[in-house]
Amino acid sequence: MKIIFTSSGESWDSMIDPRFGRTDFILLYNEETDELSSIDNRDIKDVAHGAGPKTAEKIFGLKADILITGNGPGGNAASILRKLPLKIFVKAGGMTIREAYEAYKNNKLEQGL
Amino acid sequence: MRIAIASGKGGTGKTTLAVNLALYAAEFEPVLLMDLDVEEPNGSIFVEGEVQSETAIYRNVPQWDQGACTLCGKCTSWCAYNALLKLGDTILVMPNLCHSCFACSELCPVQALPMIQESMGKLLHLQRGKLNFVETKLDIGLEQASPLIAESLRFADKHFQNTGMQILDSPPGTACAMISAVKTADFVVLISEPTPFGLHDLKLAVETIRQLNIPFGVVVNRDGIGNDDIYEYIQQEDIVLLARIPHQRRIAELYSQGRLLYKEVEEIRTALQNILGYAKELR
Amino acid sequence: MKEIVIISGKGGTGKSSICCALAHLWKEDAVIADCDVDAADMHLILHPQSSDSKDFFSGVKAIIDPKVCSSCGLCASVCRFDAIRKHEGKYLVNELDCEGCAYCYHICPTGAISIPEQNVGQYHISQSRLGCTLVHAALNIGAENSGKLVSKVKSEARHQAKLENKEFLLVDGSPGIGCPVIASLSGAHFVVLVTEVSKSGLSDLKRVWELVKKFKIPGACILNKADINPDICKEMKEYLHKEKILNLGEIPYSEDFPAAISMGKTLIEQNESTWRPVFENMGNAIKEKI
Repeated sequence: MKIIFTSSGESWDSMIDPRFGRTDFILLYNEETDELSSIDNRDIKDVAHGAGPKTAEKIFGLKADILITGNGPGGNAASILRKLPLKIFVKAGGMTIREAYEAYKNNKLEQGL
Repeated sequence: MRIAIASGKGGTGKTTLAVNLALYAAEFEPVLLMDLDVEEPNGSIFVEGEVQSETAIYRNVPQWDQGACTLCGKCTSWCAYNALLKLGDTILVMPNLCHSCFACSELCPVQALPMIQESMGKLLHLQRGKLNFVETKLDIGLEQASPLIAESLRFADKHFQNTGMQILDSPPGTACAMISAVKTADFVVLISEPTPFGLHDLKLAVETIRQLNIPFGVVVNRDGIGNDDIYEYIQQEDIVLLARIPHQRRIAELYSQGRLLYKEVEEIRTALQNILGYAKELR
Repeated sequence: MKEIVIISGKGGTGKSSICCALAHLWKEDAVIADCDVDAADMHLILHPQSSDSKDFFSGVKAIIDPKVCSSCGLCASVCRFDAIRKHEGKYLVNELDCEGCAYCYHICPTGAISIPEQNVGQYHISQSRLGCTLVHAALNIGAENSGKLVSKVKSEARHQAKLENKEFLLVDGSPGIGCPVIASLSGAHFVVLVTEVSKSGLSDLKRVWELVKKFKIPGACILNKADINPDICKEMKEYLHKEKILNLGEIPYSEDFPAAISMGKTLIEQNESTWRPVFENMGNAIKEKI
């Protein structure tokens, strides 16, 4: 499975970014190859309106199966993410990426959208 | 004569003043009252009348024609508002981010983004005696007030061109929405409170109206709750003080029940007479 | 670090006064962000001394260079906002009407149009007179608030909160239901809705809550001017119960609100014995929920 996280940094010890649209980084973890890669989303701060959709556009081509985030996407972004076969898990705010992954594996997160 | 009622901040009594002014004026002549606070309209809570019409108001947004599209993606770079996204082999239009500028539609080399009509709000027209009340409400999820305000004013120009007294309840604040509402007015009444918040926001409103070059006057509401700094400012700036409405708990109670104030509060009746008198002088 | 965002659908509900009261109570533990940029007025109570001010750029406006303009009029014919008029033979853009869509820029055959980014205001990182840091912004006339500016104010405030090791970020949120409110709510741990007990207050409460519900953020509500209309108060409490919004309490109509503002004081400074316990209870209830 391919799992993406909204993150404030680029490593397993970084904190989950509770935001979707204006998240600083998007981390992609490929369970099969055990690879963690990151997308820098910080240029989103220049976007006046419609940050959520812009970020959704960035992850569209990643073919991810799972998104793990904090508060969940707002209305605009959600309408785009619904077009993907992507399962969204929320309430990971306050955890590190590693902790959030563990929580997901142990069914501790809430499914959103 | 088109009079706009505006304020720098919300909650100063703008709608209350507009409604009372309109109903009072309607005792003597036909009046059009428009609630242009399209995000949070609440004039209809205070005005009871017979529904004359309910009209959907439309705006133009692009619609993707998959058949004609070559997926060049140029449209996404033209759009200044990120309302067009390229998702794989699909172009997605986000209508609530669209500003209806027509650029993508008219610049597209293969005409794959024709403009279609989409609802942006509802216009309600009520009548009560000589008063015509028009309220427009923005559809949920849309955030752009200005296009709806502009369209509502066009509706008024078309259907009420013979109504001599028109009163506009504009949205609070000093940004685009307020400017759209106020710019066609002959006279602006700014309402504020005699507090530091009220004075600060009044100054912003005055600066805005001066840039639009429209004659204006000030009504000070809840007189007595603060200090006299606002009167010093009004005097220093040579601004017309139209009325001082005193602060009374009784008024707050009547307001919360949606009752008409000018019939029950003498000072408000006098204030309305002053406003209409001054506006008539301008005519 | 926990982020608490205070919003109200309409103005005049007492949101800023309540936000200042909570700021007073939590002054040692919080950084304050004023995201109500169109009507930023927390600084009138908190008297901030700015230690760092930066210009804020957002959006563009079109400018036509008369030396390059060939007066073809194509720009005016495509402008949907009536912002371009002919003046003394050349075409001019009316700055107030220009929406920055840049259609004219793309279509001008002589390249006479440029679209410079606009300096629409400033944001400040300041020390308030209570001792806590206040991050706030001021927009120029006619400039629009945006998710971008709100996010900027919040990210600076978050950064300060981390630097100063503060437990809370208290955000005075934007009004309405558009991008600025969404940006105000983005990343929040808790939302406090301040509502005025009146017919219009109730309809605004419902509109705003519909928006907040999209995010999975727990919420609470403060009913202000609660004794003015007991019927509406009851209706509101029922709505809160139905929607599982925590009822933080009812505040009766009080002269202290306008009096405190006119004196440039927080409610607690205006009348300590009355307001300290009220806000301490509310503050504790919020802390428990987070």
